Amino acid sequence: MIDPYQSHKRRQTIYGWLLLSPALIMLTAFAFYPTIATVWTSLFSRGTRKRPSEFVGLENYRSLFEDPTFWLVVENNLWYAGVTIPASIIIALVMALWANGKIPARSFVRSAYFTPTVLPMIAAGNLWLFFYTPGFGVLDQIGGLFGLPSVNWLGQPDTALWAVCAVTVWKEAGFFMIFYLAALQTIPPDLKEAADIEGASRWTYTWRVVLPLLMPTTLFVLVNAMINSVKLIDHLFILTKGGPSDASMLLLYYIWENAFAFFDAPIAAATTILVLIVLSLVAAVQFRFIDRRTHYR
Amino acid sequence: MTQSAPMTQSAAAPQSIAMTLSGRIEALLALILAVVWTSPLLFAIWAAFHASTDAVNFNLTSPWILTNFATAWAGAPWLLYFFNSFLLVTSVLIGQFILTTLAGFAFAQIEFRGKDIVFLLVLMQLFILPEVLIVENYAVAARLGLLDSILGIGAPYMASAFGIFLMRQAFKSVPKELDEAARIEGCSLLGVLWRVYVPAARPTYLAYALVSVATHWNNFLWPLIVTNSDETRPLTVGLSIFGAPENGVDISIISAATLMVIAPLLIMFVLFQRQFVQAFLRAGIK
Repeated sequence: MIDPYQSHKRRQTIYGWLLLSPALIMLTAFAFYPTIATVWTSLFSRGTRKRPSEFVGLENYRSLFEDPTFWLVVENNLWYAGVTIPASIIIALVMALWANGKIPARSFVRSAYFTPTVLPMIAAGNLWLFFYTPGFGVLDQIGGLFGLPSVNWLGQPDTALWAVCAVTVWKEAGFFMIFYLAALQTIPPDLKEAADIEGASRWTYTWRVVLPLLMPTTLFVLVNAMINSVKLIDHLFILTKGGPSDASMLLLYYIWENAFAFFDAPIAAATTILVLIVLSLVAAVQFRFIDRRTHYR
Repeated sequence: MTQSAPMTQSAAAPQSIAMTLSGRIEALLALILAVVWTSPLLFAIWAAFHASTDAVNFNLTSPWILTNFATAWAGAPWLLYFFNSFLLVTSVLIGQFILTTLAGFAFAQIEFRGKDIVFLLVLMQLFILPEVLIVENYAVAARLGLLDSILGIGAPYMASAFGIFLMRQAFKSVPKELDEAARIEGCSLLGVLWRVYVPAARPTYLAYALVSVATHWNNFLWPLIVTNSDETRPLTVGLSIFGAPENGVDISIISAATLMVIAPLLIMFVLFQRQFVQAFLRAGIK
């Protein structure tokens, strides 16, 4: 006689794994296996027609670390993250505070802030090209009204990266605003009343009451912004292609260029692994944040 | 956008900020920012409807024309690109719905050994982004014969960890009584999933669908890598090729093409604005 409890348990286990298997097969094919394969590829030399690929250990990482271009790309990406993350979060917060207040044309304002979110980065690149083009671009024309000289925003190393950053902030801020807007609407109105009775200024209320209550949202948005600072690179294909002289080159574009333009998969793989290590650090922040959120419930 | 109840409450605080001077200045700044934020789109509209020389000179009296759209339309197989994008988002969505429903259900309602470890493994995909794994995903797609196919563009995204997590949360909040009632009626496990859990999670499906469609309609890097013929290219890749400087197309025609590409999403956004915003919220916050 089989114990009915045991057989029930066994059946549950079989059902569980059966239900999971389609997703697990796909995840294995396009996430787990490629991750391991990337590590493996990064340990081999690039095969040429004369010399087949051979095991070289950490040689690819060493040559990456000795390559000044790689460090330039890392530096660029750090600047990219360092500018777009705080800028988009602060602008998103300001947008949300405004869009939540009693202002005229509020629904127009909200839609205007949010619209870039639904556009593809490639289209965003095209739209901004009209702004940046030297001579007849919008920025140059506005500058011209004030007698400023023409600036080749995308064509000179000093400005190309910042021009790219601006597009990213434009694209992201409205998206993050939505999360702040939702959080603002959960703040009970009696807090504002209490603050008014106490004679607290609007500034004090925002700084001391609203911002601390928005902390969990800020953490969530922060993690998203960090991931985006690796992921959002499509507009480079339109605006600068990483140039001039790699001044606006970012890591993911660098990986793409090495793998699919220069056909140097091992170097691309080694770069990928380094990016994945950074992303797993972000993951650690995220899991901490999930822990914190559960305390709020 | 219509106002929800809590929003009206918080706006109707005793001292309405719009009354004060600083409130007025803020409202003005908010409007200015809104205009700045839409300006790239407005300039594209301006440029698309004018001859390029008139467009760049901001010749306000110049005639509005449609020839840029005709030229842009004739310059690339847009209809095919639209069709490919449509096929892509549909197949990704169907794949995601099936895979994430089954996996989400297993994680939410079935007790089995090894569940917690597998769940952690699945969550790892939230950070091992398909976007970053392009080198080896390309090799996998090549080995599976998926290069230059719509399925090849969609496959890496179908088992989405994000979707599995979302469905798991949705299924967890379904009352146990409904489940038990259906079982007493004699429903099989898949029957319970189909008759009880899937209908109960309808809002989550809608939210996930909107986010997924917007994401994959706009996706670029992976489709660029996998496709190499017009028969499979989605709109974003087609647009990037059309606008490449080597092709020497002028700003008015690029603007016209860009507007054509973003029009379906923009129209959808205007029509379903509230659902869109709520979809992004639901998808993000849960």
